[in-house]
Amino acid sequence: MSAVTTDTSAEKIASAKARQARITGGILIGLSLLVLFLLDVAASEVATFKLSRPRDAWVLPDLVVPGAFNTIAAALLAFLGVRQFLRGGGRWTSLSLGIGIALVIMAFLVWATAGKSFSLTGMLQATMVRAVPIALGGLAGVLSERVAVINIAIEGMLLAGAFTGALMGSLLGGWGGLVMAVLVGGMFGMILAALVVTFRMDQIIAGVVINLFVLGLTSYVTSQVFAEHRYLNNAEIFRSWKIPILGDIPVLGPTLFNQNIFVYGALILVAVATYYLFHTKGGLRARAVGEHPRAADTLGVDVYFTRYLHVTMAGMVAGFGGAWFTLGSVGRFDENMTGGRGFIGLAAMIFGRWHPVGALSAALIFGFADSLQQKLALLNTPIPSEFLAMAPYIATIIVVAGLIGKARPPAADGKPYVKE
Amino acid sequence: MTDGKDLKHVNEDLRKLLARAAFGRGNFEDLFIVPVFAVVAALVLGAVIMLATGVDLPTIGQSFVALAVGSFGSLNAVSETLTAAIPLVLAGLGLGLGFRAGLFNIGAEGQLLLGGTAAVIITFTFPSLPFPVLMLLGLLTGALVGAAYASIAGILKATTGAHEVITTIMLNLISFRLLEYILRQPYIQREGRSDPISKSVPEAGQLPRLLDWFDPNLRLHAGVFVMLLAVVFVWWLLFRSKIGFAFRASGANPDAARYAGMRSGLVIVAAMATAGALAGLAGASQVQGVLGRASPGFSAQMGFDAIALALLGRSHPVGILFAGILFGGLEAGGRQMQVDAGVSIDLIGIIQALIIVFIAAPLLVRAIFPWGFRKETKGGKA
Repeated sequence: MSAVTTDTSAEKIASAKARQARITGGILIGLSLLVLFLLDVAASEVATFKLSRPRDAWVLPDLVVPGAFNTIAAALLAFLGVRQFLRGGGRWTSLSLGIGIALVIMAFLVWATAGKSFSLTGMLQATMVRAVPIALGGLAGVLSERVAVINIAIEGMLLAGAFTGALMGSLLGGWGGLVMAVLVGGMFGMILAALVVTFRMDQIIAGVVINLFVLGLTSYVTSQVFAEHRYLNNAEIFRSWKIPILGDIPVLGPTLFNQNIFVYGALILVAVATYYLFHTKGGLRARAVGEHPRAADTLGVDVYFTRYLHVTMAGMVAGFGGAWFTLGSVGRFDENMTGGRGFIGLAAMIFGRWHPVGALSAALIFGFADSLQQKLALLNTPIPSEFLAMAPYIATIIVVAGLIGKARPPAADGKPYVKE
Repeated sequence: MTDGKDLKHVNEDLRKLLARAAFGRGNFEDLFIVPVFAVVAALVLGAVIMLATGVDLPTIGQSFVALAVGSFGSLNAVSETLTAAIPLVLAGLGLGLGFRAGLFNIGAEGQLLLGGTAAVIITFTFPSLPFPVLMLLGLLTGALVGAAYASIAGILKATTGAHEVITTIMLNLISFRLLEYILRQPYIQREGRSDPISKSVPEAGQLPRLLDWFDPNLRLHAGVFVMLLAVVFVWWLLFRSKIGFAFRASGANPDAARYAGMRSGLVIVAAMATAGALAGLAGASQVQGVLGRASPGFSAQMGFDAIALALLGRSHPVGILFAGILFGGLEAGGRQMQVDAGVSIDLIGIIQALIIVFIAAPLLVRAIFPWGFRKETKGGKA
């Protein structure tokens, strides 16, 4: 047999890390050039960021950023990029890229706002709101992927939750609609679990199918039934509840403590999920099922039931997230109104290394991109609105391809388990 | 008189014949019975859903009659079925190729859109070129643009390991916005219109209607030849060429394929590019044969229907051809159903999704229809 040469594992890892560092370095240098040439601001101009609104309890002065900021940002980016390229390695790679992207975004904001003013608090509030469906979608993804079930169906579950929220919200009022949305999401979770665990369907196909089915069903009912009976598509919206005292803190107050139930719910669910997955026996068993189902099975964990349970819970979380689109936002269901946010939630999950808090952080970043796109359209930037609308999707691709590289999903992800 | 024994022999012979005729793996049940039962089950469930949304029984009956009549009840219906099948089969071939190589190309919709748009742009840019040249140029451009767009996802997967399901879905969403932007550019937008619609494909660039001389309403166009050629080409590529073997090997066992010397990165990019080319060709043929121009969302979910198609056809070119004709029939019949019985065409989407469920979960179909299947021997494939 001819000799097949393979690198030793250590060499392979080292060369892969070096390559990733070079790619990161290249990206940073590219971004630096971008900031320098495309986002240049005359040193004399200033960007004004409003930090509070006139009615707030404590009024902060506006943040005035001089135009020179962008030049400094470009220099920093170049420095980080060159450093990565030449030395690279380890945690600095992700950190540099994170810092770099933050710098680019800040430079972009300064460039877009130069000579005008921009409400930073409003933007942060919008970020939080727009991050909710993505965070909940990502959390649903975490819950199911931790038991090694790839869940492409999050988009469908979100859509189902939105639809049920609108329909049942019109019939039963806001709370009734919310409860039904959660239950319907759970039902689709159970269907996914059945298709994947009991009928051993390919997990990705099962997810795609549920998405297609929900899209078809909701569109069908919308055009067939809602068009005639408009009262069925007219739910009340949950208003914001301001938490006293905490809600008055400048900048953070309106962002975190003056939101509606969906934001609070998302934050609470992330905390609960983190505690459950990493600090309880049940969570440990679930993660064992995801990493090595055979071993968990021999120790007495019911793999099938665990998968069913967690995928159903994921569905419930996604149903809650879906209800945000209607009960937390416009009160009306439109065909295909989730617009790909379920998939962005999956990306948030990958970005967050399959951890609830990570998924939330990633969702905040995506929410930021989403609300940025809207605000910038208002600011009349030279960039066409269609390209701004693409920003979250491009960000997702970058996340899934660039930053992540070697993130490790649960070991048994995607493989059906057959009990012997 | 045939008694039970003789019938069994006939049955066995038939099975053996079909097993020989069916390339690749898959026994008689998987290839034939499961799809048939799947379609039947899906139609039944579709009727149940209609009942649940308040459609009364006579109307349901009317809908199914309209479905049948609209798909093959007249020459016009057959023409419509085939016309609808053309882009579906082309895109489905691309998807089936991807599946064979182990890749989930959910991005067919975006590749279709961009391929079709590219075809429109190139044809109205060179209106002076004569008939077959301009038309072929359009088709070629569509295929190339589709291939290029798909290889973005392929390259990302090959170099960074990014999962192609997410990247292709994101590329889809990007392509929708990109199309809106492109259709607003003065060079491309139709003169005198403020809505995003492109200039028309000139006559020399269109795929000619085949049955025009018989009845000007028949829309069947030369794209049907493109479709048939593509079926043959993909069959040849997958089962008779070296690179097709590399695709199938990588799809079946990527590690073994790499050990045997096949460059997995190259295979991924090549497979995605070919799949994208077929999807782009689908878009081009739709634009040059039916629509005559590009507008937002002209793909009308064809890319997603193609996923169902490829699965129904078991990722085999001939299977995909038949599945495409079935789906074309569902679409033509669905339009008739909407007109005759007033039932929204979205129902067809539901039926298609149900078909995939039943196709991809043979265990599910067996659970529902225990008859029609041989008793499963121990150790049957899961």
